[in-house]
Amino acid sequence: MSPLAPFTFLRTAAIDAVDLLGGIGLLLRDTIGSAKQALFGKRGRRISWANLWEQMVRVGVKSIPIVSLVVFCIGAILALQMAPILRDYGQVDKVANVIGVAIFRELGPLMAAIVLSGYAGASIAAEVGAMVVSEEIEAMETMAISPVRFLVLPRVLATTIMLVCLSALADIMGMLGGMVIANLFLHIEPIKYLRNTFQPLKLMDFFTGLIKAGVFGVIISSLACYLGLGVKGGATGVGQATTRTVVLTIVSLIAVDLLFTAAFYFLEL
Amino acid sequence: MADDSAIIQVESVTKIYDGRTVLDKIQLDVKNGETLVILGGSGSGKSTLLRLMMGSILPDGGDVVIMGKSLKNMTDTELTDYRKSVGVLFQSAALFNSMSVADNVALPLREHTDLSEDTIEIMVKIKLELVDLREHADKMPSELSGGMKKRAGLARAIALDPKILFYDEPSAGLDPYTSAEIDKLIIDLNQKLGVTSVVVTHEMDSAFRIARRMVLLDRGKFVVSGSPEEIHDSTDPLVRQFVYGLLEGPLTERRKAGGYLSDLLGKTESSTR
Repeated sequence: MSPLAPFTFLRTAAIDAVDLLGGIGLLLRDTIGSAKQALFGKRGRRISWANLWEQMVRVGVKSIPIVSLVVFCIGAILALQMAPILRDYGQVDKVANVIGVAIFRELGPLMAAIVLSGYAGASIAAEVGAMVVSEEIEAMETMAISPVRFLVLPRVLATTIMLVCLSALADIMGMLGGMVIANLFLHIEPIKYLRNTFQPLKLMDFFTGLIKAGVFGVIISSLACYLGLGVKGGATGVGQATTRTVVLTIVSLIAVDLLFTAAFYFLEL
Repeated sequence: MADDSAIIQVESVTKIYDGRTVLDKIQLDVKNGETLVILGGSGSGKSTLLRLMMGSILPDGGDVVIMGKSLKNMTDTELTDYRKSVGVLFQSAALFNSMSVADNVALPLREHTDLSEDTIEIMVKIKLELVDLREHADKMPSELSGGMKKRAGLARAIALDPKILFYDEPSAGLDPYTSAEIDKLIIDLNQKLGVTSVVVTHEMDSAFRIARRMVLLDRGKFVVSGSPEEIHDSTDPLVRQFVYGLLEGPLTERRKAGGYLSDLLGKTESSTR
């Protein structure tokens, strides 16, 4: 192996990363550009609400049970993990405060987004990739129909709207998970648990969570569409795009979450 | 009917993919109203030539002049207008699988015209009747057979009354009878609607049925161009081998001489190193 191999690898990785970020940036620019025509353009080109609703059901409604289950369990796990430490300080009833902040500010939106990256991201990438393979995207372009307006925009909108809604639901489910454990094993009354949950929380905490969720929605859907549209080489290409979508979205979600948290911390939000 | 004016002029076009010359200084005029068949084996560059004429890709050298306008210098609006004036039947028909047959045909009308839904519905019925699919309007593409998909794709291609129709391997994967049906449709559309047709194929029966003029493409260059009769009677060994599917000829010779010996020796050399 050449001594320069690690540098060559880093160089290629850096070029790939810039290429990916640039590509997604351009796709998002075109998507925002197409929104005007899709909302206010001539009748035939306007976004079809039936299509948007269909996407919202596919992306969001069907993932309600799994998001609920995952975040409910996270709430329960947090309660069980925190209880012994807090008991040492004689503050076991503060378990609700800790879970409240963790879920509303952080884990609700993040866990909902991670579930959706596997659920919606993979399915969008596979669907768009299959359309590339079956020449549907090329057909659309030769008919002078913009695939960005027709395919990408409804998917980005649907994922973003649904992730914000799912994130609010995840907040409630996480709180419930903690509450059930607190009531069963830590003997904290639900009313007291609720009071303790909302005592340290500000309305802003809830909204910062939702803002994050919206950004996560844009990341998942635009990455999935971008990688799906770039599929080459038939069924293998579709498989690769799907895997890359899930891996890259989870990495980007956590990286962006860190940026958000740092920004909120320094802005004291 | 064909007149002598050229609707598409391919002027000394070169196209290179990954260092490989796919089209090498191709010169071709497509005349208004004619049915031109581009023949060629796999990898001969015929699909690339079709995509150049469709405006999907740009040439690396030379130019494609469409209805008097250079493809290279077209603005986005001009390219959009050109795309609206052509129809394409893809090899896989490329129907949108999430939409019914009727919605597939209606899509270009909804996108590019201001017609009311009632009018669009009537137009869709007319287009589907032309390809004999009216009673299958509400079916989804997955419920259609291969031949029906091609016909639905054709109905969508003619939705905006195009001036030029491009066909990419229209009879690929179809049985002989269905293939003949599609050929008849291509001839009918050319005669009834007066559209110019450019067909890429390697199916000889189909090519001879529909063509007014044929060109044979081999390794990015034209080997021969002429009427079906001229191609049929050609004495060129390569043309004869391709047209009649002969087992012996220049194409087989080329494959045999394809560096097999040096490939073997090269491998022996590297393995003994």
